[in-house]
Formats: sequence, C-alpha cells, structure tokens
Amino acid sequence: MDILDYAFMQRALLAAVLVGVIAPSVGVYLVQRRQALMGDGIGHVAMTGVGLGFLLSTSPVWMATAVSVLGAVLMELIRWYGKTRGDIALAMLFYGGMAGGVMFINLAPGGSNANLTSYLFGSLSTVSESDVTAISLLAAFVMAVTLGLRRQLFAVSQDEEFARVTGLPVRALNLLTAVTAAVTVTVAMRVVGLLLVSALMVVPVAAAQQLTRSFAATFAVAVAIGVSVTIGGTVTSFYQDVPPGSTIVLLTIGAFIALTALASPLARRRARALAAAQAAGDPAECAIPATRGPESTVGV
Amino acid sequence: MNESVVSLRGVRAELGSRPVLRGVDLTVRRGEVVALLGANGSGKSTAVRGIIGQVAVSAGEIEIFGVPRRRFRDWHRVGYVPQRTTAAGGVPATVTEIVASGRLSRARFGILRKADHAAVRRALELVGMADRAKDSVNALSGGQHQRVLIARALASEPELLIMDEPMAGVDLASQEVLAETLRGQVAQGTSVLLVLHELGPLEPLIDRAVVLRDGCVLHDGPPPRAVGQHALPGHDHVHPHAAHDAEPLRTGLLS
Repeated sequence: MDILDYAFMQRALLAAVLVGVIAPSVGVYLVQRRQALMGDGIGHVAMTGVGLGFLLSTSPVWMATAVSVLGAVLMELIRWYGKTRGDIALAMLFYGGMAGGVMFINLAPGGSNANLTSYLFGSLSTVSESDVTAISLLAAFVMAVTLGLRRQLFAVSQDEEFARVTGLPVRALNLLTAVTAAVTVTVAMRVVGLLLVSALMVVPVAAAQQLTRSFAATFAVAVAIGVSVTIGGTVTSFYQDVPPGSTIVLLTIGAFIALTALASPLARRRARALAAAQAAGDPAECAIPATRGPESTVGV
Repeated sequence: MNESVVSLRGVRAELGSRPVLRGVDLTVRRGEVVALLGANGSGKSTAVRGIIGQVAVSAGEIEIFGVPRRRFRDWHRVGYVPQRTTAAGGVPATVTEIVASGRLSRARFGILRKADHAAVRRALELVGMADRAKDSVNALSGGQHQRVLIARALASEPELLIMDEPMAGVDLASQEVLAETLRGQVAQGTSVLLVLHELGPLEPLIDRAVVLRDGCVLHDGPPPRAVGQHALPGHDHVHPHAAHDAEPLRTGLLS
C-alpha cells in the first residue's frame, strides 16, 4: 500500500474516514425530521464565514464554523417563531450566505473567487497536522451527541409534539442538532467541499433505507456506506488523479443506485417469506375459502 | 375522588390573529373519561395541544394534576396520542423503536433498562401488536399505525391519557381493539381526555362529553345520544360538513 507512504495521504485518509462516519450520523436525524436540505443550507451560510475569515485574516475554517453555527441556530429560531413562511426565510438565509461569502472574499486584500474554490469543492490533499487535530476533536463531539443522545434525538426527530409530552427539552435538542449539523458541515468542508457536503449527509442514509427496516440498522448501514465511499473516493483520487470530493459524492450516488437495484428482489423475497408465514393461518391472497375452518383464523 | 387531573379555566388561544379558544373551562377528574366533541375548527384539537404546551395560550389557567402547566414536570404520568395518520418518519423505524420513545419520560438520561423494555413489550401486547414488534412501521395499515401510537402513549404507564382523534382513519376491527384497550386502562383507574369527531365504539366508556363550538363550551354533561341512522351499529359518519361548521360563527357576544 504505497498510498500510506505519504504523510499527506495518511492525513487525507484519516480526515475522509472521520467525515464518512459523522456526516451520515447527523444526516440520519435530518432525513428523519424531513430536513434533508438543511446541510446544504448550512453549507451556503458557511461561505460567508470563509469570506469573513479571509477578510479578517483569521482561519477560514474556524470562522466558517462560527458563522455556520450561528446560521444553523438562526434557521432553528426561524422554524420556531416563523412569522414569514419557513421555506422562504430559509431560502433568503441560503442566498444571503452565498452572496455574503463572495462579497467578503472580494473585499479581502488580494482575494478573489479563486480562493473560494478549495472550500466549495474541498481540498483533501492539503489537510494539515493541525487540521487533523481539529477535525478529530469536532468529530468526537459529533459522535458523542449523535450516539449518546440517540434515543432523545430519535424521539424529537420522529414526532416533536409527542417528544414534548415525554418531558424532553425539545428546543434544546433541536438547537443541539442544528449546531451538530453545522459543525459537521465545516468539518466535511475540507473533504468534499461546501457545495457537496449535504450529499454525504443525506445520500448514504437514503441508500441504507433501501435495505433496512429499523432506525438502528439504517444508522449503522449509512455510516458503513459513508466510510466505504470516503475511503474509496480518496484512494481512487490518489491513483487516478481525479478530484476526491466529487469522486466521493459520485461513489455515494452509485451506492444508492446499486442498493436500490438490489433492494427490489430483496423486498420480493421478504414479501414471499411473509406470505409463506401467513399461509398457515391467514390467506395473503384475496382467495375466499369455501368453508371457514378453525385453521383460517389468525393465531395471535 | 373528586381530584382533578386536568383543569382549564378561561383558556384563550389564537392561531395567527384568529381566536380559536375564547375562554374554555374544562375539568377531567380522576378516573373519568371525558370526550371533547365539536365540528372541524371548533378548537378541540387546539385545546388539547394547549394542555400539553404545543400551542401557546394567551389567557387563562391550565393545571395538570393540580400543578400549573408551566411548572409541571411529571410527564411520565401523562400519555399523549397526537392526531396522526402515520407513525412513520423520514427514516425507517420498527414498531418497538417507536413505542420505546414513549418510555423516555421514565428513563434517566435516555437509558432504557430491563424494566423499561418489559414495559414497552407490555404496551405492545395491550394493543395486540406484539407479533409485529420488529416490523417497520412503513409496513403497517392505518389502524395498526394508530395502535402503535397508542402503545407509545401507554409505554410510560400513564395515569392520564390524552388522545386527539384516535379513531381517525381506523378500520372497524382496529377500532374494536382500541376500544378494548381503552376499557382495560379505564378499569385500572386511568383518566382519559379524548378528542373525538363522533362517539363511535367508544360511546359506552364515556362518562361526560364537552362540546365545543367556535372556541366556546356549548355543552358539558352526559354524552349526547346518537339518533336515527347515526345510532345504527357500524354507522360510518362520513359526510361533508355544512358551511356554518367550517366558518366560525361571529356573534360578537364573546369576541
């Protein structure tokens, strides 16, 4: 494995694997609460942070983290107190974030849209030693939240109204989800780029759903897909000289298509198994038995 | 035994600028089964959503087990069945996973112990869904979805059940199961507040009916008896409502 001989590739692979784990871990809750595009929205807002980072000559990564956390909290507040329609308010936040990023970066001395490219599409090979430390710390925070609070987050994402009556701090958990998503976006920014971040949060979950029946299995399979595609994409980009970010996203979509194709025969087999199990007691087909004997009653 | 488990006094609420509740008084005493009836838009759902804190009330007092709602913390004593036609979210989930979330009010830090898992199993048995425990809720019928939602409310072994239209979209067979489940709960002393569109198979269980109209209490007493064709067993109450039901009356007396 000559790929591991290079220190920059070791760092790249480590960063990619961490993102492969955390992006679907947060994404599964966003998909569950039907906010699949929230990651995309945060990605747009993070652009303003990158632009501000250049303008103020501070780290674009930490500035992007700060601004996207603020943006995510603002989105959550709009959802609560929504005076205008929620989707319109969010749309304005998305476009404002993008326009702000382009504006700030062009105001920065010597800055141009070219500086944005590595943040928009990722630059995995330039991940530094200190980046790896930051990514590891942030990934640990994300995993602590998404695994440690999985039952609470599941309840709130499944049915917010019901979760309130179980006494859960619904607002705090919603804010925590938003902040965790924002952190994930900025971590993944280096790997796949802001414009493709959401794909890594949503598509592995959508792909996993093709096979799974439970939330726990969906979570696990989505993370497995996330890790596979980030490793696969990084290795491919090393040998084939293609951009890692887009390779990872295309592989994820490939996994979705492959699992969808695989899922329909699986579903048919499950249906047959169910029919066979029911055949003993209850006819699965619309056949009317000539005489109703005791064997045609359902045994519970 | 006249202790009230839910009490609303002069509760008002607005959705946007439209007044939905205009001074509602409502009491459920321990062991009582109270049906909240009314046409679409009469405010019955808003009233229960005000009790659980999902809708902000602008005036009046709400008490749960004698404690003002804002200071009420013993949520494990309350089981809630929201108005839903599905238990499914955006990600597949099993029947057990959904019902287990109802036990969180009794679990410390969201950790479910052996006794909690046993309670989840009991709740599934109560609604006759134990054999579907590991199935995805996406594979269930409308009536089975409702049974799962009721099992979720029962998982915390509540003393008070609040149900918003539990019979909506439920086939007759499931309605009977639900009525039987509820009968068992009532026999154990559970108090129940039900939002209903019509009394249906639950009628024999109901001690008192509160009828809302345009955000005001119109009737509080014995449940109104169904007459004529509505009284026939198995009568499915499906017809478009008259225009005056949909459009709130504006008499000017109370607004």
